[in-house]
Amino acid sequence: MGAIDNAAGVLAAAETGEGGFWEDAYPVIPHPGELIVGIISFAILYLLYKKYVVPRLETMLAERRRAIEGGIERAEAMQAEAKASLDQYRAQLAEARNEAAQIRDQARAEGQQILEELRAQAQEESARIVARGEEQIAASRSQVVNELRGQIGALAVDLAGRVVGESLADEARRQGTVDRFLDQLDGMSAGTPDGRSGSTVAGGTR
Amino acid sequence: MTTEVSAAEEFVPPSAPDFWQPLVGDGAFAITRSMIVMVLVTIGLAVVMMLATRRLAVVPGRGQYRLEGVYGLVRNSIGRDIIGSEHFRPYVPLLFTLFTLILLNNLMGIIPPVQFPTMSRIGFPLALALGVYVVYLVAGVRRRGLGGFLKNLVPSGLPFWVVPVVFVLELVTFLVTRPVTLTLRLFGNMFAGHILLLLFALGGEYLLLEGEGLLKLVSIPAFLMFFLFSAFEILIAFLQAYVFILLASVYIAEVYADDH
Repeated sequence: MGAIDNAAGVLAAAETGEGGFWEDAYPVIPHPGELIVGIISFAILYLLYKKYVVPRLETMLAERRRAIEGGIERAEAMQAEAKASLDQYRAQLAEARNEAAQIRDQARAEGQQILEELRAQAQEESARIVARGEEQIAASRSQVVNELRGQIGALAVDLAGRVVGESLADEARRQGTVDRFLDQLDGMSAGTPDGRSGSTVAGGTR
Repeated sequence: MTTEVSAAEEFVPPSAPDFWQPLVGDGAFAITRSMIVMVLVTIGLAVVMMLATRRLAVVPGRGQYRLEGVYGLVRNSIGRDIIGSEHFRPYVPLLFTLFTLILLNNLMGIIPPVQFPTMSRIGFPLALALGVYVVYLVAGVRRRGLGGFLKNLVPSGLPFWVVPVVFVLELVTFLVTRPVTLTLRLFGNMFAGHILLLLFALGGEYLLLEGEGLLKLVSIPAFLMFFLFSAFEILIAFLQAYVFILLASVYIAEVYADDH
């Protein structure tokens, strides 16, 4: 190094005199010392950047990207969750509405049924009352008929006795006659539809 | 010069020798002012970057936010957008190193007390360009093999007699033009910018000290221009760092471009 230095110095001095070669050299001729220092400085700084500075910066950038992406992911997850619960609530609400409608329908149907049952019961009751009324009417009619039969018999016999002017001595015979007469009357009114024959008989008898 | 004017009063415009500032020794391996600046910038960047990235938070503070701004510019706007999202990752350290190193060295051209742009000494831009050169050549040969790399220099579908001509042209572009232009662009910009600043500063000073009468007042616009161009140099400093890694990315991207 010293030898080259000296040689260059000597060469420069020989060429240009007192100023030295490097003072008067064209500025585009690189000075070897400066070139070497430049290369070494550049190399050291490059290695330092390559090994430490840039990897650190890249790690930080990657972390930041991850953090941002993580944040976005979290937000998306939360949104999805919110949407899911909203859907769930909506479904539940719809279900509840459905149920309410069902209950209402059921109640209405039940009410209808109860109404119908009550109506049927009332009809039955009324039918029963009517039937009982008819029965009672029939009973009192037959009772009246029976009563009338006795009275009419007595009246007829009494009248006949009075008309004939004689008292029928034989009680049994008299009873038989009356009954026969009444049966005849009954047979006439029941057997033949026209009561005219009866009346003619009655008229005939009168 | 003329015999009437003494040497002390003569204005010497700034020129190339003003950039040769050996501090220790002399000759090819002298320790120069620009070396010291380069080493200090490198150490400063290394310390700041190591400390700044020691505790990186997912939610950035103010300092980290600025660091991320610079890193994002290099990584996304240049690396990813030019090289492509599939291949850019291995080159991010290279681009980030180049950008920060060039930017800070360029800014040293105006930051007192240094006020010397390292990149105005061609050795430093050459060192960086050589780094890019090696990277894109190695990447190209590694991706396609030496034969594939050479074959890929010539676009397909050319008439056969054009192929050798294009091949030579492309080979020269790859091997010579690109590293040389990369070096010269950065060097030239910083060199010329610094000469311009020197001219305004030294010219203003000369007018103020040596000027006669009203000529002293001319130093005022000279100093104003100095400040104006200092501000302009900030823009240039950023722009040159940006252009350097932009072109480096373009050269690297070509390795991965399937068509020429």
